[in-house]
Amino acid sequence: MLSQQLLNALTLGSVYALFALGFTLVFGVLAVINLSHGAVFMVGSYAALFLVTRFEMPLWLALLAAMAVSGMLGLLIDVLILKPLRARNAPHLIPMIATIGVAITLSSSAQGIFGAEILRFPEGTIPAGEFIIGDVHVRAIEIGIVGIAFTLMAVLFLAIRRTQLGRALRAIAESPKAASLLGINVEGLFHGTSFVAAALGGAAGVLIGLDFNAITPLMGQPILHKGIAVIILGGMGDIRGALIAGMFLGFAEVMSKAYLSSQLGDAVAFGLLFLILLVRPSGMFGRVLERKA
Amino acid sequence: MSVLLRVQDLSVNYGHIEAVKGITFHLNTGEITALVGANGAGKSTTLLALSGLLKPAHGRILFEDEDITGLAPHQIVSRGVVQVAEGRAILVTLTVSENLALGAYTRRDRAGIADSLEQVFHLFPRLKDRADQLAGNLSGGEQQMLAIGRALMAKPRLLLLDEPSMGLAPILVQEIFRTLVDINRSGLTVLLVEQNVRQALKIARHGYVIETGQIVLTDSGANLLHDPRVAEAYLGG
Ligand SMILES: Nc1ncnc2c1ncn2[C@@H]1O[C@H](COP(=O)(O)OP(=O)(O)OP(=O)(O)O)[C@@H](O)[C@H]1O
Ligand SMILES: [Mg+2]
Repeated sequence: MLSQQLLNALTLGSVYALFALGFTLVFGVLAVINLSHGAVFMVGSYAALFLVTRFEMPLWLALLAAMAVSGMLGLLIDVLILKPLRARNAPHLIPMIATIGVAITLSSSAQGIFGAEILRFPEGTIPAGEFIIGDVHVRAIEIGIVGIAFTLMAVLFLAIRRTQLGRALRAIAESPKAASLLGINVEGLFHGTSFVAAALGGAAGVLIGLDFNAITPLMGQPILHKGIAVIILGGMGDIRGALIAGMFLGFAEVMSKAYLSSQLGDAVAFGLLFLILLVRPSGMFGRVLERKA
Repeated sequence: MSVLLRVQDLSVNYGHIEAVKGITFHLNTGEITALVGANGAGKSTTLLALSGLLKPAHGRILFEDEDITGLAPHQIVSRGVVQVAEGRAILVTLTVSENLALGAYTRRDRAGIADSLEQVFHLFPRLKDRADQLAGNLSGGEQQMLAIGRALMAKPRLLLLDEPSMGLAPILVQEIFRTLVDINRSGLTVLLVEQNVRQALKIARHGYVIETGQIVLTDSGANLLHDPRVAEAYLGG
């Protein structure tokens, strides 16, 4: 029973981490709390569902296509909304509020197009295989979800740590002005970061859609709240922190649902977060950097 | 003597504040030119405009006869105009070697980049010892060396320096300025912005004195150093 719950927690936690990764990346590089990230996640889910049902696309291809669609959406949001606000030196609250508007527009549109009811992947599209290891039932799809989430996170993590592009992103996170004096095309990397972050968010949406096999226009809302909690807990803009905090939240949620109360799962998870933040107000890794101009 | 950079009637504003009011000057290829003046005279504003971080209200900037006014900062860097900005210009959350690697961001010639790194380590051996440390843990002098070394990694054609002596002990200032002379001897054109007027004019071939956004004097470095007006205003009489 416990090992079964641990597997559920691992699956959920890896998706939370993946979602939060894009969220924290945008915060770190663009210094924007992008509240449309949940809606982009939802769009990724619908995109995959649409491609699988309408065009009978294989699941792996639908996942890639859904990432491209949500990535383009993220890019569009940056070019049409965040960029003009940057150019006007708008105070931090303005882009955050603008992205709430984007989120509302996207979920209303999804509702208009696909209806408000819960949609599911057609019979047979989700691999049904199951292994029994000891007393744990492992669904093939869970292995896929954890594998894909960790692969994407590892690629991003290594790219940021080891490559010149990653160094450039960290330079921008510290000081866009200093970065541009090094010859870094800061605007270009803002666009690129928006694309990648949204593509990761879209991937998380597809994976959650597969895990629960339930897709709704408002599915981005609860995960957005969790994403906010995760990036605060992990330390704003901290990639490794988001990863660990995402896993932690998944575990807290699954364990409290299983052993405390099925209704209070979220409340317990958020209560724990609150307690941790009382002790460590700047997140688990407690590293708050003031960004230079 | 060929002219590398020509600045014509440049004005830069912050909102309604006119910080630079129609200055004209030029830099000869291969020389150190000093732009000196007191606090708030408009020196940094001028350099930021040259690097494209501030948009001029008026005037033109010509680099190798190409009009670079209004280009984005990264486009200006890729033409070889590289600035070491005022104060702590380095990235404190990155290591020394990561800072140096980013200095070569606009370059693709791996072998050439490795050569430049050798040269920087030769110029500033202390950076080599500290290569894997976070730049934020360096001393003030080492940070300034890193900032200059990182700019050299770009293989610049023109080096813009904003008060490299700021906040450093006199002995370190001497060391940094000696290094600048060495770098210049190897062929690099330098624009040196300083409040440390005496030191700057000593090593500069030409100098410009800027006051409240206007150039009020220009001559050779040696002549300015002995000019009574400069002595009275900047060298303590
Ligand atoms: N961001 C800004 N907003 C408004 N005014 C500014 C800004 N930056 C500089 N100024 C003003 O512009 C003028 C020129 O400033 P600048 O920084 O170019 O001087 P400086 O010669 O570099 O001085 P210092 O030697 O102290 O660095 C000053 O009057 C300054 O107060
Ligand atoms: Mg200055």
